[in-house]
Amino acid sequence: MTNLIVLPMALPIIIGIILIFLRPYIKTQRAITVIGLLTTIGISGYILQSVYTDGIMRLDFGGWQPPFGILFVADSFSAILVLVATIVTLICTIYAFSSIGREMENMYFYSFVNFLLAGVNGSFLTGDIFNLYVNFEIMLLASYVLIVLGGKKMQLRESIKYVVINIISSWFFLVGIAYLYAQLGTLNMAHISQLISESGQTPLLTITSLVFLVVFALKSGLLLYFWLPGSYSAPPTAVAALFGGLLTKVGIYSMIRVFTLIFYHETQITHLAIGILAGATLIAGSIGAVAYKDIRQIVAYNVIIAVGFILVGLAVMTQEAFEGSIYYLMHDMIAKSLLFLLAGTMITVTGEKRFDNMSGLIRNYPAFGWMFFIVMLSLAGVPPLSGFIGKVLVGQGAIEAGSFILLALAFISSIFVLYSLLRIFLNSFWGETIISFEDEIPLRKGWMVSFGLLTILMFVLGLGAEYFAPYVADAAYTLMNPQVYIDAVLND
Amino acid sequence: METLITILSGVLVTVGTYLLLSKSILRVVLGTAIFSHAAHLLIITMGGLKTGNVPILGDEDVSAFVDPLPQALILTSIVISFAVTAVILTISYRAYQTLGTDNLEELRGSKYD
Amino acid sequence: MKINNVILRTVTKLVVFIILTLAVYLFFAGHNSPGGGFIAGLVLASAFVLLFIVYDMETIKNAIPLDFKKIAALGAFLAVGTGFGAFLFDVPFLTQAFDYFQVPFFGEIELTTVTIFEAGVTLAVVGVVVTIILSISEDV
Repeated sequence: MTNLIVLPMALPIIIGIILIFLRPYIKTQRAITVIGLLTTIGISGYILQSVYTDGIMRLDFGGWQPPFGILFVADSFSAILVLVATIVTLICTIYAFSSIGREMENMYFYSFVNFLLAGVNGSFLTGDIFNLYVNFEIMLLASYVLIVLGGKKMQLRESIKYVVINIISSWFFLVGIAYLYAQLGTLNMAHISQLISESGQTPLLTITSLVFLVVFALKSGLLLYFWLPGSYSAPPTAVAALFGGLLTKVGIYSMIRVFTLIFYHETQITHLAIGILAGATLIAGSIGAVAYKDIRQIVAYNVIIAVGFILVGLAVMTQEAFEGSIYYLMHDMIAKSLLFLLAGTMITVTGEKRFDNMSGLIRNYPAFGWMFFIVMLSLAGVPPLSGFIGKVLVGQGAIEAGSFILLALAFISSIFVLYSLLRIFLNSFWGETIISFEDEIPLRKGWMVSFGLLTILMFVLGLGAEYFAPYVADAAYTLMNPQVYIDAVLND
Repeated sequence: METLITILSGVLVTVGTYLLLSKSILRVVLGTAIFSHAAHLLIITMGGLKTGNVPILGDEDVSAFVDPLPQALILTSIVISFAVTAVILTISYRAYQTLGTDNLEELRGSKYD
Repeated sequence: MKINNVILRTVTKLVVFIILTLAVYLFFAGHNSPGGGFIAGLVLASAFVLLFIVYDMETIKNAIPLDFKKIAALGAFLAVGTGFGAFLFDVPFLTQAFDYFQVPFFGEIELTTVTIFEAGVTLAVVGVVVTIILSISEDV
C-alpha cells in the first residue's frame, strides 16, 4: 500500500499534536514519543526494503495524478535518510529525557521534536519542489522554537540571527521557485526534469539553478556557514545534537536531489561551482576547527567540514562518489549527533566550555572518554568504523573523475578533523584530574544509553557496510540515472 | 503589466534590504515581512497576470481561467510567512525583554561566553 | 488605564455577532466561491480579539473559558485526521469524498469530507492567532 510512505511525516505530526493535549503528563508524553518513533523507524525500514525489492514508491495526495498534484516519492536515497534521521531523533530524545529538564518538557518540547522530524522526513520524501519549501518551513519553524526554548540570554541572541538568516534563504527559495515556474509551468520535480531534458537547459535555467545553489548552500552550510557555529552552540545539548545531526543534512539532501535530478545538463557551470564551494568549505572548516578552544565551536566546524566532504561526491558525479556520499551522510548523521552529545555532556559535567580548562576526565568517566576516542577515529575515517567506507568511495570517485585537488582537500581535511578532536581528547581527558571523586557529577543512565546506542550504530554501519551496500548502490544508481526516477513518477 | 509589477517587487526588495540592514530588531522583522511580500508578488507575476477569469468552478469555459496554481502557492506561502513573522516577533520581544536592548550591534555577543 | 467607552462596548456587543455570522458564511461559502476555512478562522479570531480589546482580558477569559492553544491543536488534529481517514478506505492520503443527500426541509445538499478538514483549519487559525495576540499583549 503506497499510503505507507506518508507515515514517516504524518505519524510524528499527529503524535506531536496529541502531546499538546497531554501537557501535564510528562511520563505519558515520553512513552508516546518513544513508541511513535519506534513505529516510524519500523515503517521506514519496511519502506526501504520494499523500495529495494519493488522499485520506487509514489503517493499522489488526494488521488491527483502527477504532474498536477502534490506527491511523495520514496526512492532508496530518501528511504535511507528517513530511516537514519528517525533513529537519530529517537536516540537524541532518549538523551533529552534525562537532560532537558522538566520546565522545557512542560513547554511542548517533545511536540516540537516530533514536528522537526516531520519536516525533515517530509523534505526527504517529497517529489514536488514547492512542497519541499513547505517541508523546509515546517522543519525550520520547529527549529526556531527549539533553539529558543529555555530563553537563556545566549539562546535569544543567537536565535535572532538564525531565524533571520533562514528567512532570507527561504525567500531566495521562493524566488527560485517563481523563476522556475515562469519558465516551465510545473512544480513536480520529475516533470521539471523531463521538460528540461526535452528543451535543453537554457542559460536562464542555469541562472535559476544558481539561485537554488545559494539557497541550499545557506541551509546546509556550504561555505555560507557563518551563521552555523553560533546557532549550534546556543541550544541545550540534546537539541544541538538534533540540529547537528539532521538540519544541515536536509540542505545537503536537497542539493543532491536538485542537482542530480533537475540541473545536471550544465555540469561545467553548476557542478564546478559546487566543487569550488566544497573545496573552500573544507579549507575554511579546517581552519575554524583548529582555531577555537571552545569545544562547541570546534564541533560545529566539524559539521562544516563534513558538509564540504559530502558535496565533493556531488561535485565529481560518479557512481562510486555518490555511494561514498550516501555512506558518509548516514555516518555523519550518527557520528555528529554523538559528537554533539559528548561535547555537551563534557560541558555539563565540568562547567567549562574551553578544553584547556578541563583535564583528566578519563579517570572520572572512562567509558565516556573511550567513546569520544571511538567517535574521533570514526570521523577521521579509521576502519572498521563507519566513516571509513564513505571516505574511500568518495576518494575513489574523485580519482576516477580526475578531481585531484578536491581529493587532496578532502583527505587533508580528515587530518584536521583528527587533529582538532585529538586536541580535545588529549587536553581534557588526560593529564591531572580536576574533578575529585567526591564532587564528580555521575553520568546518568539515559546519557550512557544514548551514547552506547550511537557508538554501536557506528560499528554496525562500519562492519555491516557489506550488508548496506545493495541499498546504497541502488540509491546511487537512481541519482546517476534520473530517468529511473522520472519513469517511476510520470510513466507507470 | 508584468514588467511594472516586477519592478514593483524589485522596489519592495530594495525597501526590505534597507530595513534588514538597520540596527533595530523591529525594523529587521518588518524588512523580512516586506521581503516575503515581494516574493509573493513575484510568484503571481510569473504565473501571468490578467489572462482570464477567476479560477473558481462554475459554468464558464474552463480555458478562460487564469492559472490557479500561483494563487495556491501564494496562499500557502502567506500562511507560512505569517507564522514565521509571528515567531520572530515573539522571539525579538522576548529578546528585548531579557537582554534589555533592541540594537543588533549590542547583540553581537562577546567571544568569551 | 480605565476608559469609559460606552459607545464602543455597546457597538461591540452587536458587531461581534455580525462578525461571527460573517465567519460562518465565509466558512460555508468557501466550498465553491471565495471564502474558506483560513479566512473564516481569521474573521472569527478578529471577533475574539475585538472582545479582548474592548473588555478587559479577565472578563472575557471568564466568559469564554477556552484554552486557545488546545483549540489550535484540536484543529490541527482534525485536519490531519481527515487525511488518516484515507487508510480506512484504502485510497490515497488526503483524498476527499463528497455526495449529494436529500435532507428534509433543506432539499438536496452536498456533504463533503473537505468541510471537516476546513473546520480543522478554522479552529487551528483561531487558536493560533488568539494565542499569539494574547501572549504578546499579556505582559505589556
